[in-house]
Amino acid sequence: MKKKFLLFTIFICSILTINCSKESSEVIDYNRKFNSNSGGTLINAMSGEPSNLIAMIAGDSASSVIAGNIFNSLIKYDENLDYAPELAESWEISNNQKTITFKLKKGLKWQDGQPLTSSDVLFTWKLITDPKTRTPYAADYQLVKKALTPDPLTFKITYADSYAPALDTWASLHILPKHILKNEDINNTFFSRNPIGSSYYKLNNWISGQQVTLIANDKSTSGPPLIKKLISRIIPDTSSQFLELTADNIDLMNINPIQYQRVFPARKDLQKKISLYKELGNGYTYLGFNLRKAPFNNIKVRKALNYAIDKEEVIKGVLLGLGESISSPYKPGTRWNNPDLKPYPYNPSKALKLLSDAGYTKNNKGILLKDGKPLKFEIITNQNKQREMTAVLIQRRLQEIGIEVSIRVIEWASFVNRFIKTGDFDVVVLGWSLSLDPDQYNIWHSSQQGPGQFNFLGYSNKNVDKLLEVGRKELNILKREKIYHEFSKYLLEDSPIVYLYAGYGLSAVHKRIKGIKQPTPPAGIYHNSYDWFMPKPLRRNEILE
Amino acid sequence: MNIFLKNPLAMSGLIIILIILIMALIAPFVVPYDPNFIDINSILFPPSIDHLMGTDGLGRDVFSRMLFGARISLLVGFVAVGIATLIGVILGSLAGFYRGWVDSLIMRFVDIMLSIPTFFLILAVIAFLTPSIWNIMIVIGLTSWMGVTRLVRAEFFSLRQREYVLASETMGSNHFSIIIKHLLPNSLTPIIVSSVLGIASAVLVESGLSFLGLGVQAPTASWGNILTDGKEYIQFAWWLSLFPGLAILITVLGYNLLGEGLRDVLDPKNKN
Amino acid sequence: MTAYLIKRILWMIPMLIGISLISFFIMHLAPGDVTSNEASFNPRASEESRQKLRELYNLDKPVIIQYGLWLKRISQLDFGNSFASHQKPVLWEKKDKSGNITKGLIQESLPITLMINLLGIFIIFSISICLGTLSAVRQNTWIDRAITLFVFIGFAIPGFWLALLLMYWTGVSNHWLPISGLHSPGFQSFSNFGQFIDLLKHLVLPVSISSLSGLAGISLYVRNGMLDILHQDFITTARSKGLQENKIVFVHALKNAILPLITIIGLSIPGLIGGSVITESIFAIPGMGKLFYDSVLMRDFPVIMGILTIGSILTLIGNLLADIGYAWADPRVRKGLVK
Repeated sequence: MKKKFLLFTIFICSILTINCSKESSEVIDYNRKFNSNSGGTLINAMSGEPSNLIAMIAGDSASSVIAGNIFNSLIKYDENLDYAPELAESWEISNNQKTITFKLKKGLKWQDGQPLTSSDVLFTWKLITDPKTRTPYAADYQLVKKALTPDPLTFKITYADSYAPALDTWASLHILPKHILKNEDINNTFFSRNPIGSSYYKLNNWISGQQVTLIANDKSTSGPPLIKKLISRIIPDTSSQFLELTADNIDLMNINPIQYQRVFPARKDLQKKISLYKELGNGYTYLGFNLRKAPFNNIKVRKALNYAIDKEEVIKGVLLGLGESISSPYKPGTRWNNPDLKPYPYNPSKALKLLSDAGYTKNNKGILLKDGKPLKFEIITNQNKQREMTAVLIQRRLQEIGIEVSIRVIEWASFVNRFIKTGDFDVVVLGWSLSLDPDQYNIWHSSQQGPGQFNFLGYSNKNVDKLLEVGRKELNILKREKIYHEFSKYLLEDSPIVYLYAGYGLSAVHKRIKGIKQPTPPAGIYHNSYDWFMPKPLRRNEILE
Repeated sequence: MNIFLKNPLAMSGLIIILIILIMALIAPFVVPYDPNFIDINSILFPPSIDHLMGTDGLGRDVFSRMLFGARISLLVGFVAVGIATLIGVILGSLAGFYRGWVDSLIMRFVDIMLSIPTFFLILAVIAFLTPSIWNIMIVIGLTSWMGVTRLVRAEFFSLRQREYVLASETMGSNHFSIIIKHLLPNSLTPIIVSSVLGIASAVLVESGLSFLGLGVQAPTASWGNILTDGKEYIQFAWWLSLFPGLAILITVLGYNLLGEGLRDVLDPKNKN
Repeated sequence: MTAYLIKRILWMIPMLIGISLISFFIMHLAPGDVTSNEASFNPRASEESRQKLRELYNLDKPVIIQYGLWLKRISQLDFGNSFASHQKPVLWEKKDKSGNITKGLIQESLPITLMINLLGIFIIFSISICLGTLSAVRQNTWIDRAITLFVFIGFAIPGFWLALLLMYWTGVSNHWLPISGLHSPGFQSFSNFGQFIDLLKHLVLPVSISSLSGLAGISLYVRNGMLDILHQDFITTARSKGLQENKIVFVHALKNAILPLITIIGLSIPGLIGGSVITESIFAIPGMGKLFYDSVLMRDFPVIMGILTIGSILTLIGNLLADIGYAWADPRVRKGLVK
């Protein structure tokens, strides 16, 4: 019986070694010049699985990433973050600034060969504004009072009032095919798993839980992509993703600062075949005060805390320097960022002065007290490693000036529902991921403080309210710039939050992928991913095309 | 006793446990750095004279954190098992002594508890209450008493028929004293063995919870969360994975060897 | 005995209701619902649509009413649709009016988990029987100690740590095995045999890691069982009759030692549908563990209840078998019950 078992083991081992194709150990020079040609398969990794490829209904990022390869919007952002044609070749804004007329390109087709016309655009708009459609994104499109299609190539919309973020909203709406969806219940249609789109790729295969395969759409409205196949593997754990990257099984992934700054520089073998890129995203991390609660309703206390936190230290410690300090809620380098504003420097003595002005004095143990009560509060954040580390660094600096800070890390759904929505918190470490339009009405306007709305800190400033209202209506870019610069000034002065950092997005891309634009343009390296190519000699053998 | 001393595995188990206990006890006195002392200029340094086990992602000394982590891991083990054993002994005694409908009720309750996955209960509790060490210990305790109950009940079933028990009953001793004086002391074997083995499990469960982000929270150090922090850099910052991994392995091994050794020694069905 | 069996089986129905009720309420203890996903913190996403979604899923009704609605549906064997995975059926595939089939979540995850667990059980039992027997036959020698040490180490090692180490060694340093997932990206173009081997290769690490901790328990059990038997009279008789040692151990003793293992199989039944979320996350395997964990985090109530229901049914059956096993094995308990 033992012998049989041994034989069995030997049998299994030999089977497993049959297919061990050894990677050819020839040295490949990834750095020489290659001619661009079409073909090849790009493999990337996702942590989560898409739930639904109809972006207006899906709430998760995995879905919108995949759907973004399949569907087009009317317009898009070019590499300099200006609006550029996508389905629409041109657009005009009326003199009264309330009407936009889009002119579609000629000869647009869906991947099944049917023509793509303005009736599809109208259909999509009707769908997203239909109260029966389960979408959280309807609000922007409901502002359109009238939508017309005078001819198959023209889509004309009229807003009740001029709405400056309009174009941004049309840059993110995926146009859906009327001829397929007109009789379907959009909330339950099989289309969500088997979409028909118009963009560079179409869905080829979706193995639930494991991978999504897209192949080039030969009828693409923007011309064919150079890389013919995209395989997105679902790998939930980032350490596994990294192992796959180092073993050449995936071609790109987002990496963290330590991998970027420490791991890669230490490994010559990885540097030979993988390139690293960094770009500023459109978001920032902040420390937010519950403005309805003492002592955070006292501006001196908030400013003091701002001075007491060493932001450079946070960037160095948490991001290993791969981030920037900011002073306004906008991406550095864009026009919305006010260049005259400077972040609060680290100045603990100034912090103590402000606190003593606010009535806090140190006792003999070094703890700050006011009316006999020590200054202490709790920082809460969700399960995000960087935010946790940030909280720990902040805790230390605040403890140095005599403030007792505790930290609590909470799972997301509980975090939002039990603490944020109810206003039951002191201080949060959180981040915003923003759209490219500068409008921030939903976050800072005093009318947006209801449960589930985004002004959960309880910020209220009449001047800011006015600016946000006017900014939404002002279509002139230069005037808008002034408005938001002033808005940022108030925000910095009132200090309802402490701007902690804007972190870089870090990518590791295998050198078999060519055509990445360097230096990185404002829109990031991914904006021209459809022009990337994979030279023949660098493609994988085992993926048959 | 001699059997125990002659069994090298059980002895090694005991020695391992003692060493770890001592380390945990003297930790605050011998630790070279404050385990929470952050030094952003020393992020992820390999082991050296200054830092025997290297530093972690915030520049904290891993050796110091490992020493304090020993306290946490053991604390989680003891308290969780303490709770589980207490509940298990009470319910098991009642079921085993009274039998009948009491037994049915308790065993059905055991079945219900066994049907609801531990992890689900842990998440619900931790999400609802503060994710603190105490809640983790309580939850692990509240979800691992079922085995002890079964064991105690089985022992009571067989002991129940012994003559001295019947004699006590006839003499009119109250139930409580029968349980405490006669039945429990003779049921100690499975209780002790399962407690020791339970501590080992609790340490492993804590490390699993840390992987999922539900274990002991930052900035407190536990072996589980040091290991989890290091999993992204298993080849680069090998010290962040090697030391806690080995520590968990050796500790759990020690408790298991000790537990099995005790079982061999205390089991009336002595095998030789 | 029969009366006992019938009583236990009848008890299962109120117990299932009890379990589902308790689980339902525990589920609602944790704050939040399916609308608290990523979009919940996107400034362009409005609260009213989330409110509409809540109303659609009856999440705004009192918990007891939600439970009643669920109970009604499940009594018709309708497990409902997932909240978070956009209406995918919880249990089995559903056809829409155009004939498109959407597969059920459990339908997709369960076979994968079953495959891994069954393979695991097979490996655990075959290896444990060998190791346990060897240990018993060579009791107290260095082989016995080494085997005991080995299985204990297998139990003590933190799974995800070992997984990452092995993935690195077998997948990155040497390209022997794939690192994660169940299929290679181009697997559809392989022959049937090629696909089978590809799958096996992907299963080697996950199955080994998840079996490792089970080895300790079963090996010890076999060892102790064999020791018991080997010291019994009928073995001594057989020896004195001159039977070969091999035959004694492998035929007579082993046969008797394996029987109680059936009790253990009964206990393992509920575990068959449970996957380890840690192993599945690391190896990117879409099994029941990951499905359950994700559902809890996303508060996907229909899926959570669906998995718990199936799990509890299996657990109740498994416990019943285990209790019967105990009773059958230990004459003291058997006599107590009869009395």
